[in-house]
Amino acid sequence: MARSAVAIIRSLPAWLTAALVLALTLGTLLAVALRAEVGRGLSAGDWSAIRFTVLQAAASAIASVILAIPVARALARRQFRGRGALVMLLGAPFILPVIVAVLGLLAVFGRGGLLNAGLLALGVAPISIYGAGGVVLAHVFFNLPLAVRLILQGWLSIPAERFRLAAQLNAPIWRVLELPMLARHAPGALLVIFLICLTSFAVALTLGGGPRATTVELAIWQAIRFDFDLGRAALLACVQFALCAMAALVAWRITPLNGFGSGLDRTVARWDQSRWDWVWLLLVTLFLVLPLAMILWRGVPSLPDLGPDIYRAAGRSVLVALAATTLTLAGALALSLRGGVLVALVGSLPLAASALVMGTGLFLLVFPFVNPVTVALPVTVGVNAVMAMPFALRLLSPAVADIRSDYGPLAANLALGSWATLRLVILPRLRKPLSFAAGLTMALSIGDLGVVALFATPAQETLPLAMYRLMGAYRMDAAAGAAVLLLFMALGAFWICDSRGQGDADAG
Amino acid sequence: MKNLFSSLGLSSVGAILCASTAIAQTPTLNVLTYDSFTSEWGPGPAIEAAFEAECACDLVFTGAGDGAALLARLQLEGTRTDADIVLGLDTNLTAAARDTGLFAPHGVTADLTLPVAWDDDTFLPFDWGYLAFVANKDTPAVASFRALADSDLKIVIQDPRSSTPGLGLLMWVYASEGYAAPQIWADLADNIVTVTPGWTEAYNLFLEGEADAVLSYTTSPAYHLIAEEDDSKTSWGFDAGNYLQVEVAAKLAGTDQPALADQFMAFITSPGFQDVIPETNWMYPATDVSLPGGFDTLTVPSKGLLLSSQDAADLRDDLVETWRAALSQ
Amino acid sequence: MLTLDDVTVSKGTFQLRANLQVPPGLTAVIGPSGGGKSTLLAAIAGFGPTVTGRVIWDGDDLSGKEPGQRPVTMLFQDHNLFPHLTIAQNVGLALAPRLKLSVKQSAQVDAVLTDVGLPGLGGRKPAALSGGQIGRAALARCLLSDRPVVLLDEAFAALGPALRAEMLTLVRDRMAQQGRTVIMVTHDPNDARSFADQVLFVAEGVAHPPLKAAAFFYDPSPAAQSYLG
Repeated sequence: MARSAVAIIRSLPAWLTAALVLALTLGTLLAVALRAEVGRGLSAGDWSAIRFTVLQAAASAIASVILAIPVARALARRQFRGRGALVMLLGAPFILPVIVAVLGLLAVFGRGGLLNAGLLALGVAPISIYGAGGVVLAHVFFNLPLAVRLILQGWLSIPAERFRLAAQLNAPIWRVLELPMLARHAPGALLVIFLICLTSFAVALTLGGGPRATTVELAIWQAIRFDFDLGRAALLACVQFALCAMAALVAWRITPLNGFGSGLDRTVARWDQSRWDWVWLLLVTLFLVLPLAMILWRGVPSLPDLGPDIYRAAGRSVLVALAATTLTLAGALALSLRGGVLVALVGSLPLAASALVMGTGLFLLVFPFVNPVTVALPVTVGVNAVMAMPFALRLLSPAVADIRSDYGPLAANLALGSWATLRLVILPRLRKPLSFAAGLTMALSIGDLGVVALFATPAQETLPLAMYRLMGAYRMDAAAGAAVLLLFMALGAFWICDSRGQGDADAG
Repeated sequence: MKNLFSSLGLSSVGAILCASTAIAQTPTLNVLTYDSFTSEWGPGPAIEAAFEAECACDLVFTGAGDGAALLARLQLEGTRTDADIVLGLDTNLTAAARDTGLFAPHGVTADLTLPVAWDDDTFLPFDWGYLAFVANKDTPAVASFRALADSDLKIVIQDPRSSTPGLGLLMWVYASEGYAAPQIWADLADNIVTVTPGWTEAYNLFLEGEADAVLSYTTSPAYHLIAEEDDSKTSWGFDAGNYLQVEVAAKLAGTDQPALADQFMAFITSPGFQDVIPETNWMYPATDVSLPGGFDTLTVPSKGLLLSSQDAADLRDDLVETWRAALSQ
Repeated sequence: MLTLDDVTVSKGTFQLRANLQVPPGLTAVIGPSGGGKSTLLAAIAGFGPTVTGRVIWDGDDLSGKEPGQRPVTMLFQDHNLFPHLTIAQNVGLALAPRLKLSVKQSAQVDAVLTDVGLPGLGGRKPAALSGGQIGRAALARCLLSDRPVVLLDEAFAALGPALRAEMLTLVRDRMAQQGRTVIMVTHDPNDARSFADQVLFVAEGVAHPPLKAAAFFYDPSPAAQSYLG
């Protein structure tokens, strides 16, 4: 009896975290559904939106992963100056607010962009980014870095001895080592990116070229904002969760939850390098860096003109991000320590949640008790923490499992007890993935426009919201400056957190 | 959930409580409006100062997204809302707003300068504008949807399912072309570069050179002219007329400050409110106040088109479906 | 006295049966690969596999006790030191699992490090030590531990012959001869021949009762004979 009580208390933080995630995802959906009156159900348009949503998400996931393979391979077997910086820079698009990234992409691929200017000079007909191709291009821009990291992790998980053995036997490395590795790691990467693209709204719409590119999230938007048809919104949100659940089931039959990201700073000694590595690295660097450079070029001149309100909003963003990061890390750690089905659940539910349903549901939940405006920032903290949970979990959970399998017997034999094991063994050994997860959560939270837009008054503006409002008030130059500030802050926060974990805990 | 949020929100609730005890003697008027109205460059701050100077009250603007979000917010809150006034709905939304039964007659009589007759006793216009395609002056102008569809011009528009100007465009094409509207949309398809979720994205794409013209307002060039001293932008008046966007305010029937709310409704048509509108909201004022320099250079369409709010509500689903079908080919 | 009373350990389809007693002193566990040597140690230490029957120490039934609650200290093939803790901290874990060492305990740690030939190295981390030094540090922790049963699961397999002999000497002199029950899995029958008091032969899922080392090697059973070659 005493033991089971202790076990319950030990897993209490994990249950609390899962409860928070469930409340913000399925709970908000329930709140919306309960408030609904009889709606008109799903229309033909909704069904074509569902079809398009699945197709574009699948295409984006497949394209991202296929392109990531040669890039990850090049990174896995090449050591060069600035490799660490490149790996970090690769993470930048992932944390950019959508509108900023889209404008950056257009500066390169748009009608008046660099690419078409180049084509024009060569006398070639210009290309149009708009349409399904543009949607996939933008999603690849956002998610290729993530795919590279996930797959690079797989490459680095192949022990160096096997490469040596394969080289000595003159065996085909691709078939003997790399294909089996990809079979284990690619499905997980496909799933994550598929889920992220499933809930895409602004990207798909802005670059989609028209109503053919309608996603489920847009249909939800319309149902809530124009029709006030909460029943239909809830129905569509259920469809979104169902799609997510199906994808998750398929992927988990093939592969376990895999980790990503930390410890990518080593290469594998190999004997089969190809010149193509440099081509791939150059191409992906150009693809990812040029749009970022255009954002900088456009925004840096306006940086000195940013008013105090923008800096106040920036400060608020940092505070929100710090709070969200604390919550995410504590929750993800608790869940990783507990393990089991909760990890799988929490690891994917937030990815499938509709931001608008979440916001509306929160509004309905909060409104009877307090004025939602007064809790705008705490609500944002909670939502940002939950949204980052899948990523933190994917980082921490496999690392905790590794530490347990390596040092669990020793800790048990030494009778360290669970707190001492956490303090003396797990936390010190988790430093790298924890720091990386902290950096990622900080950056995601700083860059997220998210739910605060539904609640906040000017006194509670975060930086992305302030930037968006500048754009809405014709102040494009100031907005471009704010975008650069946002980019610096997100990358800076990431770098500060991540570099804290880079020192070797085992040295000296 | 409740406990979590109340404990997380404790500090901000505390701050609100402190603030409200300090001003407990003065009554508060809560006005729910769209975001950009309350921003530091919007009309909010100047109007707040002007009204508070004469009302001995505290005027509080609360922003909630755009006009459509405003109505959704009100529908979520229902009769429990704290708002006394709602400001910023447009005529595409007033039928749905009226159906909520939350509003009371405004009782204001004023000389409105709208290009169309206005006799609504619940929704009071505070500003208005013509929808128009905004372009650079060196772009060859067109004067009808037919001419636009037949040209090689590239345009960016907003999605009628997520944006108020986007919805206004559907009404515009219908009001000026009638039964030919589906064919116009089919022929416009190859002119449309893309459809954006909102005005912000569309206007940015236009400024970045992604399109020759963007759906906005005839007053948009005034911003570039007055705030940026850039006279390169213009807007196109169409021969059959341009659609009107009329922004309205209304009083909540359940207000706990009825006298103050009436005072503010009357204030809306006074110069203290109207003078602020042109250079902060970049729209035309609703009454006859003098316009700032630069507004005289704006395109004035030959005619203002406006469907009644009831027609707009009835037609909306059909128009959206027609639009979707035509552009999905 | 350590008693395995009609014990069956199941690990997947593999089963190990043991019905035997281990007296104090150094007992070497030998036998062919896959015969169940490590499984036997895991059962005594309380890790993983299902156990029926009873594991008894001095009349005290250990079945169902957590590994840390058993009178057992163990060295594994690897991962015997936490790489992020200093050598002194690693050794100190034997005295204070929360690493709050008293002055007296710190002195004990220093003393045992000197005993195993690592004087002054307490402040270093494992990465700064050689393989032999790491083995000695791990051994130092076992020496400091007051638990009467010591399990060594091929703990010195990676060391060269001279180092291994040095370690085994330490084990014999500082543990076995002080009355502790040391059970050591080894691949090298010579280790058993040179250092062990008893030999416990494990093959084909059966752990045979330990025999005096001299007797075991003088007159091996047919199964042991085929293993020793």
